[in-house]
Amino acid sequence: MEVINKDIYILGIESSCDETAASVVRNGREVLSNVISSQIDIHTLYGGVVPEIASRKHIEKINQVVRAAVEEAGMNIADIDAIAVTAGPGLIGPLLTGVSFAKGMAFASGKPLVGVHHIEGHISANYIENKELEPEFICLVVSGGHTHLVRVVDYGKYEILGATQDDAAGEAFDKVARAIGLGYPGGPKIDRVSKDGNPEAIKFPRAHVAAGEYDFSFSGLKSAVLNYLNSMEMKKEKIVTEDVAASFQKAVVDVLVANAMAAVKKYGEKKFALAGGVASNSALREAMEEECRIRGISFYRPSPVLCTDNAAMIASAGYYDFIRGKRAGLDLNAKANLKIGYSC
Amino acid sequence: MKLLAVDTSGLVASVALLVDDRILAEYSVDYKKTHSETLMPMINEIVHITELDLKELDAIAIAGGPGSFTGLRIGSATVKGMAEVLEIPIVSVPTVDAMAMNLWGTDDYIVPIMDARRNQTYTGIYEIDRNGRLLTKLEQCAISIEELAEEINRLGHPVIMLGDGVDRFMENMDELLKVEHRYAPAGMNRQRAASLARLAQQYYSEGKYTGAEEHTPVYLRKSQAERERENKECSKSAV
Repeated sequence: MEVINKDIYILGIESSCDETAASVVRNGREVLSNVISSQIDIHTLYGGVVPEIASRKHIEKINQVVRAAVEEAGMNIADIDAIAVTAGPGLIGPLLTGVSFAKGMAFASGKPLVGVHHIEGHISANYIENKELEPEFICLVVSGGHTHLVRVVDYGKYEILGATQDDAAGEAFDKVARAIGLGYPGGPKIDRVSKDGNPEAIKFPRAHVAAGEYDFSFSGLKSAVLNYLNSMEMKKEKIVTEDVAASFQKAVVDVLVANAMAAVKKYGEKKFALAGGVASNSALREAMEEECRIRGISFYRPSPVLCTDNAAMIASAGYYDFIRGKRAGLDLNAKANLKIGYSC
Repeated sequence: MKLLAVDTSGLVASVALLVDDRILAEYSVDYKKTHSETLMPMINEIVHITELDLKELDAIAIAGGPGSFTGLRIGSATVKGMAEVLEIPIVSVPTVDAMAMNLWGTDDYIVPIMDARRNQTYTGIYEIDRNGRLLTKLEQCAISIEELAEEINRLGHPVIMLGDGVDRFMENMDELLKVEHRYAPAGMNRQRAASLARLAQQYYSEGKYTGAEEHTPVYLRKSQAERERENKECSKSAV
């Protein structure tokens, strides 16, 4: 690693799903601005994110969002050391908007460009609020699009221990929320009504995948919830939404905790971090924190604003890529299924 | 004036640099690689070979649509990023108008045809008048090939057609058209940034440009999800 004796300012740009975001971060850990333009209102009309609409909104907002981020940081483009942009994984149309914009900016300003992996960004959100956190540690990334159990070996060096074989955890929340009439987005809504429900009321299955020790599967659980709802309707029995939500949530949390703690034990890690949108789920946080406390493991999590898609996390991950000499070419392309740990 | 022009509305990626009344460079690629991979290296090559100082650009022109949704956005996002840094305006030129400029000087009416899928074409009908001005007989739109043929027959004037929709619709046109018609050859039958640049120069002199933040592509079509939702709303209100 080259020694850098000056402050490094990274402009991060994120547009992999339905959030247009830009941020300026100093030295990978200090957020100078964090601008997020959410499209959630429009996608709520459709019960989920519509890729074409998301792409159109990104292109309408991206200049304003980036401009605001640079201004709020009290800087000009000329003061930025490098531009970091999410290159994948995510929705291809939305990703391409951010990547193309970032390439245009980098080329016109002569600044270096770094392509960042979205999940590496989520993991890096933990560096921002926990100044003392350094690799190695185990991180569970849970969001609407991702469920990954990752061993962070070093900055920019990752080992995927497990991933979902079907639905992402957040996706399961959305689908179940829709089935019990809570609507989109499912995560926060299920979290809220679960507080008034009994998590032991209904026994939903805890799926463990035979193939991979740390892999996840949530489609069976989702089907079990739908079957339960159907059978109750057939029997004309009353469905207690709060109990269904709480029992479903408990089933998800149990599996996430079990796999995470098994990995922590196996690798003898002393640090564990949560990341991604579902990391804001209060039941998951409480359960993970408690399990870590029992085992004497340091528990880390970003605050909610850094759990959802944001560009500060991209700038943070981009910083560690940048100081390690990683640079993207002008032919940088967005990849919907970009693999973690590979150069963008 | 110095103006960079970019067209990524169709299968071809095309970039040109116009300086006053000269096209200093033009670069078009009709290859299977995505615009995301080709466009920026192409712009870089033109800037490099013409020793252009980007700070001297007065504006960037873009084929503003219609076209492939993703293609339009790759071009638009790229020029929005460049214009943001360079603090220069964007000249958005209707894609079909720019294509008509490829065939400047003909007495035929000019009919660009792009394959818009769903059995439609992005098209328009144009005339170059005696003073060399582009006159619009049918403004760019998304219609069926039958509707287009009907309009051409109604006008009753010979036409010349171009665009990636020609391959797809040539048989239909040969059958449907009752007027004399022909097809432009390779070299002038696809989007060309040099044609776009000439029209953009005119737009710029007329003050028809926007700031980088205002520019957004003209799709001429809503997303599928929006159309389905509206249809549902319509059938609901009809009940």
